[in-house]
Amino acid sequence: MPRIVVDVMPKPEILDPQGKAIAGALPRLGFTGFAEVRQGKRFELTVEGDVTEEILDQARNAAATLLSNPVIEDVTRVEVIEDAQ
Amino acid sequence: MTTETTSKKFNIDTVEHAEQTPEQPLPWAELGLKENEYQRVVEILGRRPTAAELAMYSVMWSEHCSYKSSKVHLRQFGDKVTEAMKEHLLVGIGENAGVVDIGDGWAVTFKVESHNHPSFVEPYQGAATGVGGIVRDIISMGARPVAVMDPLRFGAIDHPDTARLVHGIVSGIGGYGNSLGLPNIGGEVVFDSVYQGNPLVNALAVGVLRHEDIRLANASGVGNRVVLFGARTGGDGIGGASVLASESFDSSKPSKRPAVQVGDPFAEKVLIECCLELFKASVVEGIQDLGAAGISCATSELASNGDGGMHVELTDVLLRDPSLTPGEILMSESQERMMAVVTPENAAAFEAIMDKWNVEYSWLGEVTDTGRLIIEWDGEKIVDVDPRTVAHEGPVYERPYSRPEWLDGVQADSFKGDRPADGEQLKAAALELMSSPNMCSKDWITNQYDRYVQGNTALAMPDDAGVVRVDEETGLGVALSTDANGRYSYLNPYDGARLALAEAYRNVATSGAKPMAVTDCLNFGSPEDPEVMWQFAESVRGLADACQELGVPVTGGNVSLYNQTGGVAIHPTPVVGVLGVFDDVARRTPSGWREDGQAIYLLGTTQNELDGSEWANLRGHLGGQPPALDLDAEKTLAAILVNSSRDGMIDAAHDLSEGGLIAALSEAALRFGVGARIAIDELCERDGLDAFTVLFSESQARAVVAVPRSEEVRFNDMCTARNFPRIRIGVVDAESESLDVQGHFTLPLAELKEAHEATLPKHFA
Repeated sequence: MPRIVVDVMPKPEILDPQGKAIAGALPRLGFTGFAEVRQGKRFELTVEGDVTEEILDQARNAAATLLSNPVIEDVTRVEVIEDAQ
Repeated sequence: MTTETTSKKFNIDTVEHAEQTPEQPLPWAELGLKENEYQRVVEILGRRPTAAELAMYSVMWSEHCSYKSSKVHLRQFGDKVTEAMKEHLLVGIGENAGVVDIGDGWAVTFKVESHNHPSFVEPYQGAATGVGGIVRDIISMGARPVAVMDPLRFGAIDHPDTARLVHGIVSGIGGYGNSLGLPNIGGEVVFDSVYQGNPLVNALAVGVLRHEDIRLANASGVGNRVVLFGARTGGDGIGGASVLASESFDSSKPSKRPAVQVGDPFAEKVLIECCLELFKASVVEGIQDLGAAGISCATSELASNGDGGMHVELTDVLLRDPSLTPGEILMSESQERMMAVVTPENAAAFEAIMDKWNVEYSWLGEVTDTGRLIIEWDGEKIVDVDPRTVAHEGPVYERPYSRPEWLDGVQADSFKGDRPADGEQLKAAALELMSSPNMCSKDWITNQYDRYVQGNTALAMPDDAGVVRVDEETGLGVALSTDANGRYSYLNPYDGARLALAEAYRNVATSGAKPMAVTDCLNFGSPEDPEVMWQFAESVRGLADACQELGVPVTGGNVSLYNQTGGVAIHPTPVVGVLGVFDDVARRTPSGWREDGQAIYLLGTTQNELDGSEWANLRGHLGGQPPALDLDAEKTLAAILVNSSRDGMIDAAHDLSEGGLIAALSEAALRFGVGARIAIDELCERDGLDAFTVLFSESQARAVVAVPRSEEVRFNDMCTARNFPRIRIGVVDAESESLDVQGHFTLPLAELKEAHEATLPKHFA
């Protein structure tokens, strides 16, 4: 069944304490090549049947109002992916 | 060269450039300045401000930072303080927080602040950073924070938006406070539709320190270095103070840039430990926390409280977002930042402590005696101001105020609603009251807070006051309570503020502590509305008068105006926090009954005072006058409660406030699940009232106490000696498992408990 992937990231001007904590841990574990970490979240909305434009609109709407907090987060992607299997 | 590119990137508006381009239009109105205020800036500088200067003046002259509407009234808190009231005051109003001497070389500092507007926009982060901000005030005084409290007010419990705010705000407070490892020992939760678009999120913090550790935030010592440390500066919360907290929400305008901040409690925890080590090692001359108005506030306040000058290079600020303009850097309200003044000799020691705690820092400049705050950007002067004009000499308004015409009508409209008469009706009324949004158990909320972390909490919600031990050897400790009744204040703002103080004072005394000092968070509507301004003026006058009468000084606090959506303001809500002292917290008095057979006494007398009461509220009525207040009676009651506790004469005490006697009896029974047999006929006869009025009236200066049989004579003698009315109204009955109001009704505790505890989970769980 097709899935709609929604990516949500903290707004660039907003502090991301989790990303900061990971950025602090990376060099301690020997991963030294990274300057910054921002941690977002990914949602997968599984659709029964075809992904119509209407369903995609619903997903965009849900992403903007429920899946993200528009005050401090941005929706960076709403996209359909097909299962490989 | 990088210098050129940076400068070009923002088209830096230097002082020189401002002098050459006097006609250049500036967005002062968008930044919240009024035309006369902008003209005043031009007058002070003798030229147009640079973009950076405009940013500084606009945030520092905002209502939130400058107190421009409230200042003329707040003076009373200082003017009405007597020498006797200052006896235990080590630091008074005007510093980050007041400091009170509690004996044995110990001192406590405490303060309550509002974070109302950010919490409405982004409930979780708004409430969380409210806790973070008040905790940093405590740290900057040199104290170790030991507890927090949160008085909260929400809209109607069944309004769809209330659940969003309750969930976000409660988890924000818990998330930040619990992560910091600070117990949350009390507060209030009130639901009323007047707070629908303007929830009140007030945060109180208390810290302890030794007398010699008190630190004041000032930049003295020419040549001393200025350093910014903690989190990096980012684009969050830019203009939060001026934009959010200083203007009414107006849904017709497009929303301004989201001015909220995200907090990081773990970074704050490191800051606490790091600052305490800095103080202990004596490597800092002063520390200022960065809250509203960020670097603008810290530099101008430090400079004007010290030798009068400071020189800062702004490109040295460590940034999270390199695209920030100088004005944005000056206004940013990024959390978990502090500014310190360090002598050059101590610079290395300072750096060593920063490195130990892995805290980032950057040296920004130095203290001067020029009387000017100079801020440069890559060596080019972008700010050149007298810091006092930014921090202390902002506009002061004598806003017009007038007593609302509708008030006479409201005050004449006494409660005439239904008064249950027979036993069945009284029982139903008791259950209705105890399950109502304001009287129901707040466990669902307070259970999300850690109340006992650190192991020094002696009492916490739902007891009358929060009590924490300060000295583990002697048991020396403090009690704190916050109170306000917006309905009382709506009916009579002068008396409402006095009643709020009286209740907090009574709560602290009920726990057994001697009330010592006051902090306040004055939440009101728009000061530009003369009727709101009158409510504010009356509240301040009432609170200052009552503080004088009770002999407890205001040590600091905060004013939150513009709690107004459209034309509708909240009820005037002066939240009053009272701090009391115990010589040993082991003798604290809990609110619930425990020992079978102990005598239950009611202290004080009851009048027919249902106006503004919870019962009237449940009947949809708000009119008349709030309960009468007798501060001499409050003082005597407090002395009786404190002495009884000290001399072991009482085993439980609970004050009477919202909900009256029936609420106090119910809560005392539910606290430990121990019931009682109560007889009120003699009381009804003495006070000339029916059973309903005796049970539901909200007359002041009353408390119920449980007295061991062996102490009854001594207790009665003490009340007689102080000429204070008391009456024996029953006996603790551990077997009955009910609250039996004899001749009227019997409330099984199981039924009462279920009704009391079900309300919040029903709406929010």
